[in-house]
Amino acid sequence: MLGLGVDRLQADINRLLTSLFHQGVLDEQFLQLQQLQDDTSPTFVYDVINIYFDESEKLLRNLRLLLMDREFSDYKKIGLHLNQLVGSSSSIGARRVRNVCVAFRSASELNNRPGCLRGLEVVEHEYHYLKNMMHELFQVLIHVISYTHNSLYNYLIDPT
Amino acid sequence: MVCEMETDQTEEMDIEVLSSMWPEDVGTQADNQFNVEKPAGDSDTLKEVDIAEKRTMADLKRLPELMNNTDQGSSQLTNLVKQWEYMQDHAVKLLREELKILTRQREEAEAKELKIIEEHNFETQEPENVPVLDDTSHLFRKFKHKKRDALVGSKRVEIDEEFDTVAYWKQKALSLEKMLEASTERERRLIEKLNESLKTMESHSAPVEELTQNLKRAEGFLHFILQNAPIVMGHQDKDLRYLFIYNKFPTLREQDILGKTDVEIFHGGGVKESEDFKREVLEKGKASKREITFETDLFGSKTFLIYVEPVYNKAREKIGINYMGMEVTDQVRKREKMAKLREDNAVRKAMESELNKTIHITEETMRAKQMLATMSHEIRSPLSGVVGMAEILSTTKLDKEQRQLLNVMISSGDLVLQLINDILDLSKVESGVMRLEATKFRPREVVKHVLQTAAASLKKDLTLEGNITDEVPIEVVGDVLRIRQILTNLISNAIKFTHQGKVGIKLKVISEPSFASAGAEEQNSLTETETSVWIRCDVYDTGIGIPENALPCLFKKYMQASADHARKYGGTGLGLAICKQLVELMGGQLTVTSQVNAGSTFTFILPYKVATSDDHSDDQDFSDMVDHHQPEPDDTTEGYFQFKPLLGSIYSNGGPVIGNNFLPHKVMLTSPLKLINSFVTDSSNNTAQSEMVQVENGGYMDETCSGPCPSKETESCSSSQASSEGGVLEMESELTVSSRVEEDKTETSKQPKILLVEDNKINIVVAKSMMKQLGYTFDIANNGVEAITAIKDTSYDLVLMDVCMPVLDGLKATRLIRSYEESGNWDAAREAGVDIKTSESEQVCVHSINRLPIIAMTANTLAESSEECYANGMDSFISKPVTLQKLKECLRQYLH
Repeated sequence: MLGLGVDRLQADINRLLTSLFHQGVLDEQFLQLQQLQDDTSPTFVYDVINIYFDESEKLLRNLRLLLMDREFSDYKKIGLHLNQLVGSSSSIGARRVRNVCVAFRSASELNNRPGCLRGLEVVEHEYHYLKNMMHELFQVLIHVISYTHNSLYNYLIDPT
Repeated sequence: MVCEMETDQTEEMDIEVLSSMWPEDVGTQADNQFNVEKPAGDSDTLKEVDIAEKRTMADLKRLPELMNNTDQGSSQLTNLVKQWEYMQDHAVKLLREELKILTRQREEAEAKELKIIEEHNFETQEPENVPVLDDTSHLFRKFKHKKRDALVGSKRVEIDEEFDTVAYWKQKALSLEKMLEASTERERRLIEKLNESLKTMESHSAPVEELTQNLKRAEGFLHFILQNAPIVMGHQDKDLRYLFIYNKFPTLREQDILGKTDVEIFHGGGVKESEDFKREVLEKGKASKREITFETDLFGSKTFLIYVEPVYNKAREKIGINYMGMEVTDQVRKREKMAKLREDNAVRKAMESELNKTIHITEETMRAKQMLATMSHEIRSPLSGVVGMAEILSTTKLDKEQRQLLNVMISSGDLVLQLINDILDLSKVESGVMRLEATKFRPREVVKHVLQTAAASLKKDLTLEGNITDEVPIEVVGDVLRIRQILTNLISNAIKFTHQGKVGIKLKVISEPSFASAGAEEQNSLTETETSVWIRCDVYDTGIGIPENALPCLFKKYMQASADHARKYGGTGLGLAICKQLVELMGGQLTVTSQVNAGSTFTFILPYKVATSDDHSDDQDFSDMVDHHQPEPDDTTEGYFQFKPLLGSIYSNGGPVIGNNFLPHKVMLTSPLKLINSFVTDSSNNTAQSEMVQVENGGYMDETCSGPCPSKETESCSSSQASSEGGVLEMESELTVSSRVEEDKTETSKQPKILLVEDNKINIVVAKSMMKQLGYTFDIANNGVEAITAIKDTSYDLVLMDVCMPVLDGLKATRLIRSYEESGNWDAAREAGVDIKTSESEQVCVHSINRLPIIAMTANTLAESSEECYANGMDSFISKPVTLQKLKECLRQYLH
């Protein structure tokens, strides 16, 4: 019984990841993260993603503040923030977030305020979608762990 | 009538100021002085206008004859006669009316007289007092007569006195006297009236004068209308000799024209034509119009619209022609211009639509290509997910069967990835996106490595050889990656279709080929300081060859020599197309000669710049690494390599390579990774024991019929080659890497010092983890300023530098570091505002006079960005996101 449950959860995780790959939400860089996770840092993916969420939320908050300012003209700062966001998103393999960020950035380079506002909305949407998906993934993983009592995400390296 | 017609015509013409038909300055003063410049107003003004009658020139003897003989002439005369008759009739009518009035007056007078007579009643008693009045007076007689006829009771002179008394006679005499007076008075009045009538009669009695006047007016009117009209009129007889001309060219005199024909008067183009035309009209007897352009000495080029009508005499015989010419040069010119414009317009429109069509087609093609590229890209992403997952899966514990299945899966995935990469490459070249990069490289080493790589995966009994002539420079500048790709493609192609014998590469310098001389001039002029060299590269084999009819479509996309070949040998048919496009992109030419069953030779000719030897080598090609760290003086000039089949042997034999004293770990470090992979298929293998590797490797191959595997690094070249063998690829596993790294660690006595300059937290975390896996640690700087400070204090072996950073970006920081290396001080950095704390001792620091390798980490992988990196003194660059593979390669390249 126990084994069956783990298999099912494992299948769920695989399905989820596959669909995320197919939708282009994630790309091969995410696999890089998983490769980096080993016995010495068993929660590496989880940690990195969490740092990413913390950082990104800060950046998004700043972006929104900058854009809400009516007399705002600091597109340069927006560009810097977006560079950060693009960099970290591509580092964790959040492909879609990265792509919409790039679009947002090109709007900011043109000082295109409506474009920026639209860009921010799309970025936030993608970001939240990613966050929800990751949350779901981690939830399943926690279940797996509760079954296997294994170290957190070691399953990926050694699912048996 | 005629005049009216003329005026109508002039009104129909363009409303513009018409210059005179003939030039203004030609002709005598006298001709011009009476010309009315702008006749205005109605016909009344004609009376005051003095018409110069000089324009007409007529043969006065023959013209009246003409007038009498022709229909027109007689009709005009008739007209005039009629007019005169009409006027006479009118005069008669007037006279009659006058007569009527007079008659009535006379009757009245008679009636009055009768009354008087009645009053006096002379009837019976007195004799006729005839003597009083003159008998000869006609009127009186008539009156008398009438009196007798008409008077019934005429009045008598009433006398109150007794008859025959003195008083009576006296009275009678008095009254008679009165009557006589009245009568005389009447007579006088009548005479007056008669005189008056006579006078009026006189005034009507000169019809010829009147007619002359009328004629004069008509003529004046005609002159007035015609004198400024750009019209020339004339009459010519049967022989086309002029009898009459109006508005002749000013310098011609009477004797010049009259009695002569056109041909006799004018010379030049159009004269003959007009003469013929007139004759034609004369013969046909039908009036017609024609436009004739004259090109005469007299008045230059002028176009006339000529109207010619035949003239008949009363006997209906032709006696000549009337002609009228109107100058329409401007109109014709305008019309021609319009026609030309219209034509141009039509042509332009046609061209435009043609262009639009072309643009449309091009756009469609571009879109199709773009779609292909996008699709390929879209396929690649999930596919790399699949392959990546499979790779991860392969690192787990699997039994033999599972591993084999997985290997098939990964290699198939790799094949598809390769195909997609090919398509993307192709669309990149075609859309002009692909940029070439100029790097320094050693052609001998490239050839050697390509052959080495091919030999490593060779499963056939083939000899691979390389032959480079001495004059080929040791180092040249070109896009080594692309050249390698071409060579590898051609070599693997050759191997694929060759079952025995040899496959080889021959390099030699040739003179500039003819196809390039035109285009090369421009390039040469740009880089005059550098010498360029043309190298011809032959890739030959002793394979199945290519039939002649298949040669034309050899370089076409998705085409193979025959369907049969496609089945037998597989492949996408893209390889040669890419090679050709790449060669052409680099300004060269790819050709092929072949003989069925004897072999084929693919030849490409490319221009290279010759690298100057004093340049410090910032070459990043892997092939160079061998020599940088394993100096082999022979190798740089070695012109011949040979690689015998790998089967049964460990690595390669023959050629200079065998002489390399490689320890296993050295092999890993210095030669392309596929070698490692072919050895280290399992982490449990001890790579140091080469015998065992050989057994393992051979056994493995026997079992699965698979060739050794290329790694991702050489994906572009080797995987196509591996695929050409139809073999199964085995991907390098991460476990292999880590086990190797573990080994490296034990071997490496000194841990290299690495500085990571990066502001992004996530990137730092990821990089840290990667470095840990690779067995390295590093220091972190968050921006360029921190990096400079760190470099000042510590001696690093390698710097990984983010390009885009706050405070001081990577490019600037690198420039400052380079400037320090050159000058030995940080003045430039200080000038740039970096706060450097100097201590005197540090001015003569030992550590970083050597060039510090700086690797850029850039999110932008476009060529210009990499150029920017190089321009700012960076040694290489890693495109973001950083992967383990990229990092590993980079570290391998710069840390050993």
